[in-house]
Amino acid sequence: MNKLYNKYEEEIQGILARYPAEGKRSAVMPLLFLAQRETGSIPPDALAEIAEIAGMSETDVAAVMGFYTLFHAEPAGRYRIQICTDLPCALRGSEGYLKQVCEYLGIQEGETTSDGLFTVEAVKCLAACHRAPMFQLQGDGEIKYYEDQNVEITMQVIEEIRRKVAAEKEA
Amino acid sequence: MAEMVTLKIDQKTVVVPAGTLIVEAARKAGINIPVFCYHPKMEPVGMCRMCLVEVGYPQRDRTTGELIKNEDGTTKIVFSPKLETSCTTPVVAGMEVKTNSEKANEAHKSMLEFILTSHPLDCPICDKGGECALQDLTLLHGPGKSRFIYEDKKRLAKDMPLGELIILDRERCIQCGLCVRFQHEVVDDPVINFYQRGRSLEIQTHSEPGFDSIFSGNTTDICPVGALTTVDFRFAARPWEMERSASICAHCVVGCNMVYNIRREAKSGGKTVIKRAMPRQNEHVNELWLCDKGRLGYHYVDSAERLTQPLLRKEDKLVPVSWEEAYQRVEDRLRAEQVRLVTLAGGRLTNEDLFNYQQLTQSQNGKAVLYSQMAGGDLTAQIGLGKGSNFSDMGKGTTIVVVACDLHEEAPLWWLRVKQAAERGANLIVVNARPTRLEKYASHVIRYEYGQEASTMNALLDGDGKGEIAQAAKVFAEAENGLVLYGSDGLGLVGSEQLAKTCAKLLVERGFYGKPNNGLLAVWDKPNMQGAWDMGFHPDRTLKGTLREADVAIIAAADPAGDSPILAQALEETDFVVVFEMFLTETAKLADVVFPVQAQIEREGTYTSGERRVQRFSNVLPTLEGPKPDYEIVASLGRLMGLATEGRSPVLVMNKINEKVKGYEEISYTRLAEHIEQWPIISRKDSYYAGTSYQNEFGIGIQLSSSADRGEELSLGTLILVDLQEVVATGMKVVPVTALYDRGQLLQPSQLLDQRRAPQVITMHPALAEKYQLQDGDRVKLQVAGCEVVSTVKLDGNAPQGVALVTRSNGVPISSPVFVQIQRLVLEPEA
Amino acid sequence: MEKHILLRHRDIPGIDELSVYQANDGMLAFEKAVKSMQPADVTLDVKNSGLRGRGGAGFPTGIKWGFLPNNSWPHYVVANADESEPGTFKDREIMESNPFQFLEGLMLACYAVQANQAYVYLRGEFWQLAAFLDAKIKDLEAAGYLGDKILGTEYSLKINTHLGAGAYICGEETALLESIEGKLGQPRLRPPFPAVVGLYGKPTLINNVETLANVPMIIQKGPDWYRGFGTEQSPGVKIFSLSGCVKKPGNYELPLGVTYQELIFEHGGGIVNDNKIKAVMSAGASSDIVIADDFCMQTPLAYETCTERLKAPLGSASVIVLDENVDMAWLVSKTVNFFKHESCGKCTPCREGTFWMDSLTKHMMANESSSEDIDLLRNVAVQMQGKCLCALGEFSTMAVVTAVDRFRADFETHVRS
Repeated sequence: MNKLYNKYEEEIQGILARYPAEGKRSAVMPLLFLAQRETGSIPPDALAEIAEIAGMSETDVAAVMGFYTLFHAEPAGRYRIQICTDLPCALRGSEGYLKQVCEYLGIQEGETTSDGLFTVEAVKCLAACHRAPMFQLQGDGEIKYYEDQNVEITMQVIEEIRRKVAAEKEA
Repeated sequence: MAEMVTLKIDQKTVVVPAGTLIVEAARKAGINIPVFCYHPKMEPVGMCRMCLVEVGYPQRDRTTGELIKNEDGTTKIVFSPKLETSCTTPVVAGMEVKTNSEKANEAHKSMLEFILTSHPLDCPICDKGGECALQDLTLLHGPGKSRFIYEDKKRLAKDMPLGELIILDRERCIQCGLCVRFQHEVVDDPVINFYQRGRSLEIQTHSEPGFDSIFSGNTTDICPVGALTTVDFRFAARPWEMERSASICAHCVVGCNMVYNIRREAKSGGKTVIKRAMPRQNEHVNELWLCDKGRLGYHYVDSAERLTQPLLRKEDKLVPVSWEEAYQRVEDRLRAEQVRLVTLAGGRLTNEDLFNYQQLTQSQNGKAVLYSQMAGGDLTAQIGLGKGSNFSDMGKGTTIVVVACDLHEEAPLWWLRVKQAAERGANLIVVNARPTRLEKYASHVIRYEYGQEASTMNALLDGDGKGEIAQAAKVFAEAENGLVLYGSDGLGLVGSEQLAKTCAKLLVERGFYGKPNNGLLAVWDKPNMQGAWDMGFHPDRTLKGTLREADVAIIAAADPAGDSPILAQALEETDFVVVFEMFLTETAKLADVVFPVQAQIEREGTYTSGERRVQRFSNVLPTLEGPKPDYEIVASLGRLMGLATEGRSPVLVMNKINEKVKGYEEISYTRLAEHIEQWPIISRKDSYYAGTSYQNEFGIGIQLSSSADRGEELSLGTLILVDLQEVVATGMKVVPVTALYDRGQLLQPSQLLDQRRAPQVITMHPALAEKYQLQDGDRVKLQVAGCEVVSTVKLDGNAPQGVALVTRSNGVPISSPVFVQIQRLVLEPEA
Repeated sequence: MEKHILLRHRDIPGIDELSVYQANDGMLAFEKAVKSMQPADVTLDVKNSGLRGRGGAGFPTGIKWGFLPNNSWPHYVVANADESEPGTFKDREIMESNPFQFLEGLMLACYAVQANQAYVYLRGEFWQLAAFLDAKIKDLEAAGYLGDKILGTEYSLKINTHLGAGAYICGEETALLESIEGKLGQPRLRPPFPAVVGLYGKPTLINNVETLANVPMIIQKGPDWYRGFGTEQSPGVKIFSLSGCVKKPGNYELPLGVTYQELIFEHGGGIVNDNKIKAVMSAGASSDIVIADDFCMQTPLAYETCTERLKAPLGSASVIVLDENVDMAWLVSKTVNFFKHESCGKCTPCREGTFWMDSLTKHMMANESSSEDIDLLRNVAVQMQGKCLCALGEFSTMAVVTAVDRFRADFETHVRS
């Protein structure tokens, strides 16, 4: 039950300290990010613990999780390559770019590579319209922007991650 | 009084209090603005957009503040460019509203078209068909044709259990949010919520064990479509096939007003059966709600175990006999010289039954005993909740004390109404030996050890010191209105007497009696305990001896032998036992004569609720062949004994009660049938307004005045606390507590509640368990009152440290604090 | 313009370091305010500057500050950094590159309304940016600009960042408050307005990042100086996020009143491949689609002129440029799909209407529609207008109605033969 708390006690105290006592529930979103940090999705058993810390019901925690697109109830690849295909990016070729990235990885949009490393998703505007095509990489508890992309540059990014993961495994 | 505001709605002039919402003001004028997400018992949210209307505001000169006039002298009204939601807009003096204009009608039609684009239109197989808001409003305001591409409709799960009692049809849900808001806002049990967003929004639970809330059934009433159904009613009948019959819930002290929907049906062999129980509006009692126990706990009437014929003991066996033979036998015994008669009556009997039992008992100089472990009915009759009280009126200025009681389990609607009073600003002082669900809303929580109930209440009167009690005492003393609700948590009769007296003393000293929204309330464990006290029945501290010494014991609606081996033993020593029962209980098995009686649902009568509201119920189901109502049987016996007992009709018995019983002077069935316009106005013609709860056309009952209300001299007895002498005994002290879903006679047959029943365990704090070297889940043998029962240990860190708890009517025969010998059972090693 | 007022990092390298910011007159305004100005005077300066909200609505900022009642405490200030409108990317650049000017503006707002706690609500995707801002806030704390008894005065202030998690609707200020409170980001009913009943039920001021970034210079140099830029009714400078079919997309800080012609052709370098310009959208995906004729191109980009001349509000000045190759039916399928994805689901017309429009445009893109379906699409949009709980539903209809009305031929090409 105290899995999260035991692991991130200091951080959780820090989160709670940001809000007034009557606003304890405000901690729910930071806590969901925390629960997602390790595996990229929110383990079902985390809901009860978050509920207790934030003083709300499990169902209400789940409702918050379900409403926001950056929270993931279902596991996917360790890294989510989230390519903006919204209007301004699409005007600058992001739909074709999405196809190329998918082809390179040998998957369809929404799918995960067989090594479990990458999931490619088409997403809505990421406030980087002037540097399209672009994607954000969600994984390892972080979200990073990669802008002014073409498939060649993205291939390098992907390969670099693969190398990093391989090196991790060896170590 | 709030300031009154005059406005025009569809050219009709309406006068309502300032702050009234347009939708309510229109309602008052007989104009039904269509709504889905609005509910008069919840905060408006304006999300379904169904109630859009044109709103015009009178114009004022910016500098002078004067109203601007048109050339013809009328006030200049300017309509907002956008339509406004009438469920969120309060009225303003001089406002003009158009609910039926072209613009408003277009909006109503548009909203319905939008909703219908994602609705399956499966009315022919929908449980709500016939009382569906979407259906009714589509007929009134909707488009006749669909322009949505049918193939693009979302296909969604039609059979999603949210819990074991409530099923969701996702396709039908129109995302009005009423169920979610009810669970969050009204009953504060947020176990369902929306999941995802946009068109993908769906109702879900992620709680464990799902949608397990004692008020869950109400969500099916307020659901404007057939998205939420109870497992009880799902696919059971169409609303228009059912008749309705008004009743009063027999499960607890609140006396919720309800309607049973009945149908004569082939699948029940041509019998008329209850298809569902629904709330009936009574703004003084249950507003528009029912708890799940009341809603689903009626299945005992269908039980095959019901007694249908009188039984007589012949050659040590109970055999069916004619009524005449049974009557004759009882008459013979009663006519014996110097017979000592004891009548032991239970609190689910009606006032009419009890009155006749009392008449018969009195005529024989017998003793009328109430089968109860709670005391204080004489006190509540004198300084009980004042006439004209209503929990809904309580808020700022009122202080409510709840002591030795878990209202959520014992009287759910009172829990809800006390919680809401606290939310409106009433001070709530919760005094209990263990945590309860009410404490969340309390301004003060006072904890004591079991056995210290009375002294704790005395401390609340003295208010010495600086602690929580002293602060609470001050709050209570400074209140404008004060009331005390006392229950039976962990108490037996002796403890209850002490507690009731100290509660009475506190109220008397502070002057909180004899006026509305002040006084004493007993959280009785049966629906008509107060009525029994009023009819002259009192509990007996020495029941064992009383029964043993009786020549004839009449036992009605009580099962002492089933509850207690000691009382069973006593009854075996009683010469002659006559039992009035629906079932062959342990007590009936010991009887010499058993009379089969009708269930409350099969007969007419009245109950006096804990608020001392006399309420009448009708016979819902046609009488079962065989059983008769208690009052009639007793009347027959009485007449055989030469008394003028009334047995023709409960109406006539009530006429006698009103002549003879103090406080009941104004009660008659005619007066009980009176109903007044209640607010909010709900009616069956427009089920969309407040759900499918029923309008009250059967009477809202009459609250009795207390002796203090009538200005009579009080005889409260000595209210001086006598310190209870702790009986020192060896073993573990165990106290009884009450759970909503137990294994009592009336509830056991409702099998759909099985998963919610209180676990059959003995609950203790880990520290206590350690003393006896017990662990969670251990099977134990309890030696109690001369018998042995097996139970299971459940550890609970929130339980009090010194005593263990067992649930009443749940398998362990403990109804007052006792010391038990406890022994861990060791499983035989497998061969 | 040679020197920037908001995008000062383009003139001063390293201004994202506190020392550099201070060396360039940074924090002077805040210091002046807390030490020598009454809170109401700060508000008055902002009021007099004519600064209008840069989030899109263009409401006068100083007046908004004045709405917080003085009989209900505490007050909160929230910086709306949820920047999610397709075509908008200006707040991100301010926060990434000129963070202290934004934070100083926020601090001035807090002082003006006497709030002791502020939150910066960033869209969840700005995860890195939030960490960066957290560090900058720490720098301010270390330097004594934040914390208890700031600069020896009685005034205390704490700023925290709060990350959203992927919901456009949280840019709507009441949905944003719900989101901070740990609830679904669904808009609240108004009234009551956040200025009266806001975060945790307390009076709350919510301002866009760009709006706040204007404030330090206004306090430092005075309202009259600020009014030297822009137009009479739209004083000051604005960051125009230029995207779509232009050669040089990006943020351009220009005085309000600059024309489309100047913005697109002088600053944006003209249309890609020198194609012909077809239309413009001035408020991201929430815009009307305006035919890019001469009249449009000569229209000054200011709050009043856009509304009066083009009947298309300036909004957040997120200009998406559309050239002759853009199929308006396709464009509408993109915007509608965006709004369908982002609809919170609370109110019926938006939840169902965006779903319905999305379904219709999908069929159009598959060339499965009839001519009547084009009318139906427009009809559904019109049917939504004026009936939604918040602006999102309304926004979803703007492009639909104007595209069908002005570029019907584009839709007809998708009608099945």
